[in-house]
Amino acid sequence: MCGIVGLISARKQLENGERIKKGIHLMNDRGNGLGAGYAAYGIYPDFKDYYAVHIMGSSQQGLKEAARFINRHFEVVHNRAIPVWDKIIRDHPFFNLFFVSPGISAEKRLPGEESDDDYVVSKCMQLNKTIEGAYTCSNGKNLGVFKGVGTPLDIYDFFRLDEYAAYSWLGHNRFPTNTPGWWGGAHPFNILEFSIVHNGEISSYGINRRYLESFGYFCQLQTDSEAVAYLIDLLIRRHGLSISEATTVLAPPYWKSMERIEDPDQKDLLTFLRTTYEQGMLNGPFAVLTAFEGGMFSLTDNTKLRPMTAATHNGYTYFASEIASLYEMEEAVEDIITPRAGQPIIARFETETGKAYR
Amino acid sequence: MEQRLDQPGPQSLFKPVFDLDRCDGCGECALQCTFNEIRIEPRGDRKIPTANRRSCGACHRCEVTCPRQAIYIEERPLALRRHGIWKSSDLKRVHQQSASGAVNLTGFGSETDLPSYWDRLVFNACQVTNPSIDPQREPMETITVLGRKAASKKDYENAKAGNKLIRISLPVVFAPMSYGSISLNLQKALARTASEKELLWYSGEGGLHEDLYPYTGHSILQVASGRFGITPQYFQKARAYQIKIGQGAKPGIGGHLPGEKVLPGISETRMIPEGSDAISPAPQHDIYSIEDLRLLIYAIKEASGYKPVCVKIAAVHNAPAIASGIVRAGADMVYLDGYRGGSGATPAIVRDNVGIPSELALAAVDQRLRDEGIRNQASLIIAGGFRNSADIMKAIALGADAVAIGSAALIACGCHGCQRCHSGKCPWGITTNDPDISQRLDPDWAYERLSNLIEGWHHEMKEIMGLNGIYDIGSFRGNRLILRGVGLSEKELSILGVKHAGE
Repeated sequence: MCGIVGLISARKQLENGERIKKGIHLMNDRGNGLGAGYAAYGIYPDFKDYYAVHIMGSSQQGLKEAARFINRHFEVVHNRAIPVWDKIIRDHPFFNLFFVSPGISAEKRLPGEESDDDYVVSKCMQLNKTIEGAYTCSNGKNLGVFKGVGTPLDIYDFFRLDEYAAYSWLGHNRFPTNTPGWWGGAHPFNILEFSIVHNGEISSYGINRRYLESFGYFCQLQTDSEAVAYLIDLLIRRHGLSISEATTVLAPPYWKSMERIEDPDQKDLLTFLRTTYEQGMLNGPFAVLTAFEGGMFSLTDNTKLRPMTAATHNGYTYFASEIASLYEMEEAVEDIITPRAGQPIIARFETETGKAYR
Repeated sequence: MEQRLDQPGPQSLFKPVFDLDRCDGCGECALQCTFNEIRIEPRGDRKIPTANRRSCGACHRCEVTCPRQAIYIEERPLALRRHGIWKSSDLKRVHQQSASGAVNLTGFGSETDLPSYWDRLVFNACQVTNPSIDPQREPMETITVLGRKAASKKDYENAKAGNKLIRISLPVVFAPMSYGSISLNLQKALARTASEKELLWYSGEGGLHEDLYPYTGHSILQVASGRFGITPQYFQKARAYQIKIGQGAKPGIGGHLPGEKVLPGISETRMIPEGSDAISPAPQHDIYSIEDLRLLIYAIKEASGYKPVCVKIAAVHNAPAIASGIVRAGADMVYLDGYRGGSGATPAIVRDNVGIPSELALAAVDQRLRDEGIRNQASLIIAGGFRNSADIMKAIALGADAVAIGSAALIACGCHGCQRCHSGKCPWGITTNDPDISQRLDPDWAYERLSNLIEGWHHEMKEIMGLNGIYDIGSFRGNRLILRGVGLSEKELSILGVKHAGE
């Protein structure tokens, strides 16, 4: 059991983490103090064209090695320690932030690392895998993930999230069951533009993980939720699926329901996706909320064994595990949606061209 | 008199025992026994059955058919002096061979006591944190798609144009057993079950009898080294084709159909003279390397209008490298037949000493194809001594796309595992086409038995998925975290890719 909240301003109005904190704090019973975290989009406008790599080091030594690794593979335009209020949690890892661009030109990179995105992913995976005690918490542009072991209030205060201004926020409250509660295992999980918070347990993790490994994703954080983030990156960024196509891969309709689809093109496509991405399908109970460059979307499993609600108000969309949290974030919410099993809710930013991103 | 040593003592290892209080001397047992073990003799004013104690193989036909339940089979352990190395079967084999100068043939799968890894693997189950799913109440799907699959959505247009994937309702197919090695009646039952349950059946290398034409929509027809019964029409009929390179019960050698079993129908279907031994060459004589295999794969694709092609190999030491080559040569399916795989006739020395267990081969091949990024290009079908639905689900969790069952299908139709398939006298009418004996197997009855078996297993498979919180077989496939090993060494665990129980 875990708690999930999210809020997104379609007009990209900035605000600090106060409301998201209130939303997740209300669902205190959905966690047990062994993990909480936030993702904030739009927080680094001065460096918005650079990958913002958040590094967590369980020791100063690990952090040093990670810094060396990053300097070797990237061009670092700015780096600093992430400000924390360490009175609130005494025994904590250390956090550094690097704004980087790939250090070598595309022609000189290894196969599979040609695009900047691929290069960043590949190097961060390598860092997670090879450097003891250091992990990347997030590496997308103009965003950051702040997470650790503690209650949502502890983590909020520890990372001083009242000092950040973001147009889209995710919050998570963890009740770890299958894997240890540790800093790297807290949510959200991030890869490039995608950050996910997850409530549930992925019974298909064993095969999802093996599938991801064949594409160079290595799950190092001892939790099934990590795989969901990588799957979304694989499907949407690398294989070019639209968001709604990606959601039908993750929570596909039953074969039985597909038989009933009348439009032959849609039936063909769904059958194709189901067959091609069998190993990417998620089984087990889950509700996942994903923030991305163009907005935010939620998804639940096919039998909806984990809750998800959403509502809109005045250009904002709110997501939460429980309706009460929606009201906590905005008293005047209207149009509360409780999606059907497997049905995604997609909220997008308003763009100048009116053309939806992905 | 000739000195006979062909058995330690002239007597067989089993004998029928008659309860003369129940027996009414009807003589059914003597009719049923195709090995002339039983004869009816007068004793006083009644007739009683007597065993000659030379040829009973424990097929249990007499016991099962006795109308008065007056027979049971007893094992007769030979009172040989105990020896750590020389077991009675070793002595028997030496005696037999020194009498005949021939190769000892046998049937069925290997009976050695090499470890069965299926018995050392256990499943996980949901408790608290994720709910198990009740297959009686929730949808539970086992639909399996076989063939060459796209790598990503980028292949969508190509895939729409040319892909001939095969969809089956659950990941079970009937293993290749040729007309000749098994009776036509049984082949009909297998084919009909596969058709009605939306599975697949393999023809084996004996050609295609015309009685089976109605079922070819669910068939995979075989092209083996003997090329029996292969005509241009053969390539128009099936759903897919299989090139047979090797067989688990006899890796490295070709099929054996003893002349005794080459009866008129078989002679016609295989296009060979009656009574002649049908000994398939060990290699395919046009395949001496992987590029030759590629030629044959594409020749079959050309001839058949680009139907999927499956390549069957025995599980041997370097199966992963071979499988990789097969996939890159253009095969759409790889069929791996393990050490325990059955056979209608095979030299015992080969059956019991050559090849590796299916479990290890499967795990290694699946991982190798993944490491090379070509796992999507071919489906993996695994065979070799699958006994129940748990074995099947363990294989699926290790990474198999589907499991082929042979021995279990025969057992469903009455086989008691007496290992005399090669004799052509199978008392159950399974591995014989002798018109008198093979009529004992009613194809309708066999169909019902096979359907029941599949249905029962299907229920159990769904149960195993549900208790793991999985509603679709696709999330079970290759999901090795579901399995744990018990009492296995580090090396075995690393090859199987599973953790030890307690981890």
